[in-house]
Amino acid sequence: MARMLMKGNYAAVYGAAMAGCTAYYGYPITPASEIAESAAALFPKLGRIFLQAESEVAAINMVYGAAGSGQRVMTGSSGPGISLKSEGISYCAGAALPCVIVDIMRGGPGLGNIGPEQSDYNQVVKGGGHGNYKNIVLAPNSSQEMCDYTMLAFELADKYRTPVFVLTDGVIGQMMESVTIPEPVKELPDKSDYAVFGNPLHKNLVNSIYIDHDDLEAWNMVLYKKYQQIEENEVRFEEYMMDDAEIVVVGYGSVSRVLRTAVDDARAKGVKMGLFRPITLFPFPVNEIAAFPGRGVKHVLTVELSTGQMVDDVNLALGGVIKSDLYFRLGGNVPSADEITGKVSELYGEVK
Amino acid sequence: MKKTVLRKPKGFIDVYKHKPGAEKDRTHYCPGCGHGILHKLIAEAIEDLDIIDDTILISPVGCSVFAYYYFDTGNFQVAHGRAPAVGTAVSRANPDKVVISYQGDGDLAAIGGNNILQAANRGENIAVFFVNNAIYGMTGGQMAPTTLLEQITTTTPYGRNANTDGFPMKMCEVLSQLSAPTYVERVSLHDAPHIRRTRAAVRKALQNAKERKGFQFVEVLSTCPSGWKIDPVKSMEWVKEKMLPQFPLGVYKDVSNEAVAVERPVPIFDPAIVWEKLGISSVADVDFPRGDVPDEYRKMSIRVAGFGGQGIMVTGQALASVALEYGYNVSWLPSYGPEMRGGTANCSVNIQDGTIGAAEAVKPGLLLAMNRPSLEKFEKFIVPGGTLIYNSTLIDIKPVRNDIKVFAIPITGIADELGNTRVQSLVNIGAYAAITGMFNVDHVVELLPKLFKGKKQAIIDLNAKAVKAGYDYVKENF
Repeated sequence: MARMLMKGNYAAVYGAAMAGCTAYYGYPITPASEIAESAAALFPKLGRIFLQAESEVAAINMVYGAAGSGQRVMTGSSGPGISLKSEGISYCAGAALPCVIVDIMRGGPGLGNIGPEQSDYNQVVKGGGHGNYKNIVLAPNSSQEMCDYTMLAFELADKYRTPVFVLTDGVIGQMMESVTIPEPVKELPDKSDYAVFGNPLHKNLVNSIYIDHDDLEAWNMVLYKKYQQIEENEVRFEEYMMDDAEIVVVGYGSVSRVLRTAVDDARAKGVKMGLFRPITLFPFPVNEIAAFPGRGVKHVLTVELSTGQMVDDVNLALGGVIKSDLYFRLGGNVPSADEITGKVSELYGEVK
Repeated sequence: MKKTVLRKPKGFIDVYKHKPGAEKDRTHYCPGCGHGILHKLIAEAIEDLDIIDDTILISPVGCSVFAYYYFDTGNFQVAHGRAPAVGTAVSRANPDKVVISYQGDGDLAAIGGNNILQAANRGENIAVFFVNNAIYGMTGGQMAPTTLLEQITTTTPYGRNANTDGFPMKMCEVLSQLSAPTYVERVSLHDAPHIRRTRAAVRKALQNAKERKGFQFVEVLSTCPSGWKIDPVKSMEWVKEKMLPQFPLGVYKDVSNEAVAVERPVPIFDPAIVWEKLGISSVADVDFPRGDVPDEYRKMSIRVAGFGGQGIMVTGQALASVALEYGYNVSWLPSYGPEMRGGTANCSVNIQDGTIGAAEAVKPGLLLAMNRPSLEKFEKFIVPGGTLIYNSTLIDIKPVRNDIKVFAIPITGIADELGNTRVQSLVNIGAYAAITGMFNVDHVVELLPKLFKGKKQAIIDLNAKAVKAGYDYVKENF
């Protein structure tokens, strides 16, 4: 056991290092800069690559180059930087290149501020750039998960040859918690079937252009089936006090931490409240949420640090059988557990 | 007259398998276009230098977007303007390979202007072939950064006007001013002698690349009969008459002889060495035995507040670090959000068994207030029956609550007596240990070298005194 107290931003880089990430390309932005800083501190010790790119755009294109060269590669940023990277992420998805992108969300739109928000949900979970593609999106809520899910992100990226996001907010990025460092991976996957090495055996082509209409349609169908496969196999979620819950609060990332405390407070007063926390945002736990009514759930409250982005997915899953209510805070404000229990009482009154 | 059949250079793929349609033996370029000539010079050179199998070619966006159809190398096709950024990573991943970035004028000098500048400035180990034909060919003849003054294009229908469109961009002149590039030359394809000179420049750049001599840049003045809307022969003349005066040929920089091979580190993946290099294998989990902690202090939600410089963050981190060694789950969250405004610094610490929920101590079980604004701001949030520790050296008012336990401790005074105000955080830890019984003061002292790794022994000793002084004050006065 190697237990260390560290910020979520650092933990992500330890996870990357343990996953055999060979290169980090990034550009500074608050509140994600510590990811670049810790990569700059750790990676050279391992003979691995850290490069501060001239821009977010350059960084994601360097990621494209490294991924196409068969390396495990990562970049990190926050909202405005993710917007800039979107074109490059689309290219990675189009060329089926595995890579890991950490997004420590901040307040928007525009320059917004550096407080925690969850307002990148739509741009990250729905794709973000041009074309028919999706990113696998993991939403950690602790330093330990920042480490573990970054490591998992590399596995999923290689398994499906696709960009994977680690999506969280400034609270999780800046918070220090104890992290048990996992064992490093012993073997890196063989990528000789697609990566370009500059040798006579593997004269591969990394490419996202299909000039013929039928060829591009066929390639999109390959991607489409891949996303369906991801939806079938990779849904992850956490339930807390859900067995007899009549009220379910739904939230991810730092919000889910507050919701957990709110559930404890509500339970102490005899309110049958439970927490449902999506861990993968794509694939979204559709079936699990669709099952709420059948489990005796009467009310669903989605809580976000955005004006109702995830709630659309919750409502699609619920299919109109129950309508999810929405509570949100913005601009860097985070709700307290009392706010949540207060909202629950206001909306649902005395619950049996 | 004897007819000689020339063979295709081996740098080209024999049958252009990536090219859709039936014509897999010819290029997609227009008659009279310079790309075909430059492609051939590169294909011949990589054959003669014996680097076909060691070369990775990056195709841009522009007419040469399909360069990968032709070259029998490893191939990337990349986003508009980003070939130098992609090339940077490809080269870093493959330090002993020849990486070619093949770009046009819009790609390199407009949308990718900063990428080429920065890759050049880092001295990336790539050879760049920059085709300057003064126009956007692929998109149908729009203005390029290299378009000449008064030249008609579809987006300068009245001619390029310096006043509104700026001047033709001179990339060799710009890049040769940087320290890092090894070789910068401008050549032309407008007649046979100049094609021969281009051939030599291509070979020099690739020879340097083979020897890993950093950043090579060859700008090639080229023809675009389709874009210029003149025939191929007149296009050759147009380059000579119009472009050469604007874009003087020649070597702009050449330090090939002094350039040393770029070296890159070899990545380490061996698990044991990875842990050792990152200092993880030397992390020893201490696992102190817990003392007899009263029930009320077994699950702690703590707010530490004061002004910047009072060791607020250090106090919080030290509380979390020590608690970790007793096997508690801990969290530390710096003031984040509106609390950042208004001059007070604060942090939240949670110490408990089991999963920690909300990280912010909205209703703390214990408030440690280091200055008056912090007491005034946070006292009201302490849970009934909770604990307040306040710095009586600096706080000249009394707490108003009578449903909490109050410990007035001259924290700054105790630190000052020890000769260093900065040890206030350690006084705090000692006081916390005495009040809650959560930490054994000897354990805290034992941990100090780990908490303050790299600090001088004298500092560690002073910190130990501060911990004990905080502890003793509580034991003697309460």
